[in-house]
Amino acid sequence: MIDVNVSLSRWPFRRLPLDDPRALADALRGLGVVRAWAGSFDALLHRDVAGANERLAADCRAHGDGLFLPFGTVDPTLSDWRDDVRRCHETHEMPGLRLHPNYHGYKLGDPRFVDLLDEAAGRAMPVQIAVSMEDARTQHPLVRVPPVDLSPLPGLVEARPDLRVVLLNLPIPPRTGPVADLLATKRAWVDTAMIEGVAGIERFAAAFGADRLMIGSHAPFFCPDAVPLKLQESELTPADRDAIVAGNASGLLWIP
Amino acid sequence: MRSKQAPRIRIWDLHCHLAGLAGTTPEELMAELIRRADRMGIERVVVFMGFPFIADPTPDDLRRQNDQVLRALAGREDRALGFAYVSPNHVEASLREIDRCVRDGPMVGIKLWIARRCSDPQVDPIIARAAELRGAIFQHTWSKTGGSLPGESLPEDLAELARRHPDTPIICGHTGGEWERGIRAVRGLPNVSVDLAGSDPTAGLTEMAVRELGASRVIFGSDAGGRSFASQLAKVRSAALSHEDRSRILGGNLRAMLAPILRAKGVAFEP
Repeated sequence: MIDVNVSLSRWPFRRLPLDDPRALADALRGLGVVRAWAGSFDALLHRDVAGANERLAADCRAHGDGLFLPFGTVDPTLSDWRDDVRRCHETHEMPGLRLHPNYHGYKLGDPRFVDLLDEAAGRAMPVQIAVSMEDARTQHPLVRVPPVDLSPLPGLVEARPDLRVVLLNLPIPPRTGPVADLLATKRAWVDTAMIEGVAGIERFAAAFGADRLMIGSHAPFFCPDAVPLKLQESELTPADRDAIVAGNASGLLWIP
Repeated sequence: MRSKQAPRIRIWDLHCHLAGLAGTTPEELMAELIRRADRMGIERVVVFMGFPFIADPTPDDLRRQNDQVLRALAGREDRALGFAYVSPNHVEASLREIDRCVRDGPMVGIKLWIARRCSDPQVDPIIARAAELRGAIFQHTWSKTGGSLPGESLPEDLAELARRHPDTPIICGHTGGEWERGIRAVRGLPNVSVDLAGSDPTAGLTEMAVRELGASRVIFGSDAGGRSFASQLAKVRSAALSHEDRSRILGGNLRAMLAPILRAKGVAFEP
């Protein structure tokens, strides 16, 4: 199983039972995860995202015996952000990026974000966009962060054939609208972390295709056991299950 | 030497709805609920409120919603239990519904939602009547960053209610929503249990509830069909708990709470 949505370091507002990378690695391996795409909680609020990325790369090397693949974060509102992309790609050999537009305070129509997409596409780095990190109803009252408005994204992806986008922490979208348009480009995916309702994975696959979904636990913020339990709750063909569990993610990074 | 395997945990789900499932009639919705519960190894589900959800139901709405649940329960009593939907905005009608659905019908508790905050003493006759019948009392609570709905109870409202009825067991729905506040609000009130249902499967919720309240005051619920059974079960499965505590949370506490009324009604169940 490939989990495309885990985070290392500490959640800013509470200690989490699995916020030690060794404990997280053990828990994920216990659930059958062989590869976990990891961002850093530090990247949400730290202005020194280059430092956060450096620590993320080091933690991924130090823990999990190859389980963790680092996805560095770039904030295009900061000066010299292109060098952060370069470091992620060339120095840390990160396969992709994880962006937090809402925590960093920019919209997807911002020209700097568009430039960042071009930079990532030029380097063949998939871009993960964390649509939210936490239910807005439970956020700290002094740090209220609404979900990312995705409406500009379908056009941006449509116009960039080399760009690949994975949306993290998105509830099941309506059958029409920006996310449906985005998924129709066949160059975008959604992870399972916030796919909710009875048989949510099955319903998403029926609406948008199993080829648009990837396993994401959002651990350690979420309980990782939700992943196998969600798969158990949904009735899937073996082919669809394989695609969701690993095939779609491995195909995106061209790794076994 | 053969290793000793822990006994299977029998899961009872405190918090299910008919809304949000595939189907159109109460019978179809219940069939779908049980079909999915079967996939997850859930032995019994408690269902309340009909469809669509009505925030401030009239007396007619209450009766219609409870009728939907009664229809859904018929013939599935071996797998499902029901709570009557009542409202402090219609006390007399609610008392009639309690008599109809709980005293004279198959239901085993009441559900209070968001019509009026439960700190308002207007709810007291309803609580007293349910307690007299030894029915479970489930009060929705959701403390929301940015503000809760006008009639929506905060866990602090529920604490006020529980202090007025210290001998009556009361369930704090959703553990107060923002659960770190919710657990704190009710921890000094031994007559209050918390329902784990209906929030994201955020790690640490169950651990904090057990640490502050003890496992005997924590009850598993899912809020299916709006939520998946899966994400809600994960809150308990992922938590570092003894087998005994996990078993209590997933079903033992609810069975103990309902045992008097189930026995009084002659409902067959294994404690």
